Amino acid sequence: MDKNSDYQKDIESIRELMERSVKFVSLSGLSGILAGCYALIGAAVAYSMIQYPLSPISYRQESVQDIYIIIKSLVIALVVLIVSLSTGYFLASKKATKSGTKVWNSASKKLLVNLAVPLLTGGVFILFLLFYGHFGIAAPACLIFYGLALVNASPNLFDEFRYLGYTEIILGLISTALPGYGLIFWAIGFGVLHIIYGAMMFKKYDR
Amino acid sequence: MKNPFENLDKVMEHRVRLQIISVLVANDSYDFNALKELLDVTDGNLATHLKALEREKYISISKSFVDRKPNTRYKVTERGRTAFKKHLDAMEELIKQQRK
Repeated sequence: MDKNSDYQKDIESIRELMERSVKFVSLSGLSGILAGCYALIGAAVAYSMIQYPLSPISYRQESVQDIYIIIKSLVIALVVLIVSLSTGYFLASKKATKSGTKVWNSASKKLLVNLAVPLLTGGVFILFLLFYGHFGIAAPACLIFYGLALVNASPNLFDEFRYLGYTEIILGLISTALPGYGLIFWAIGFGVLHIIYGAMMFKKYDR
Repeated sequence: MKNPFENLDKVMEHRVRLQIISVLVANDSYDFNALKELLDVTDGNLATHLKALEREKYISISKSFVDRKPNTRYKVTERGRTAFKKHLDAMEELIKQQRK
């Protein structure tokens, strides 16, 4: 019956609209994979600077205490962050143009606010940690606050981001218990996890 | 058994109105321009349907100024939310019945 398929179409359009009005669907999985690669490169550069003769997994209990090394690592982390965000924005606007929508819409604005609250809190908190010399837990704190930000913003993102958030939080807590291994956990959290989840999302949403 | 057609909401039988309500149910509030962009309809068309929903008290309106430009935000009312749910249930019921 004709009327029947009409209702079905109505229900489909509702479901699609409700999702599209809340979720930032232009995000590309590829940007996750690339962000992960940048993070791994950044971690490799930091490793060559900080620990080089030592193996990255050799047993250590103390963390780096040299402020110059900390500043250099901070600069590397910032470069990774900026390059990742620009790549993400570029790919998202490409995807949006392709599907005839805009990157900057109601959903992406909400996403930004929901991400910003935990991220800015974490950023300020970590700056204070560094200022008072608690270098060992700065890297775990990055992972924890990033994870919290993803969980907080997950209604505006694809469902996978919630699990990525949980994983980052757990990883950050494990890393807190093992000071001195911050860099390797950082590389797993921002590098490996982004590549894995990015690939999953690329497979699911970008084709 | 009662005829499920009776449970369909006359106001929401128009697709654009149904779409507006569904967006408002999923979000706290939505403004006119964002709705227009999302639904891909003209100003006049959207305004007419919003008026119809407002008349039924399915949505509420708040006007304010952002950067000195007028900004109109829409919210779904409890009445609208209940009506939306009832309408969806009726549609599902109809589909189920006709599959048999």
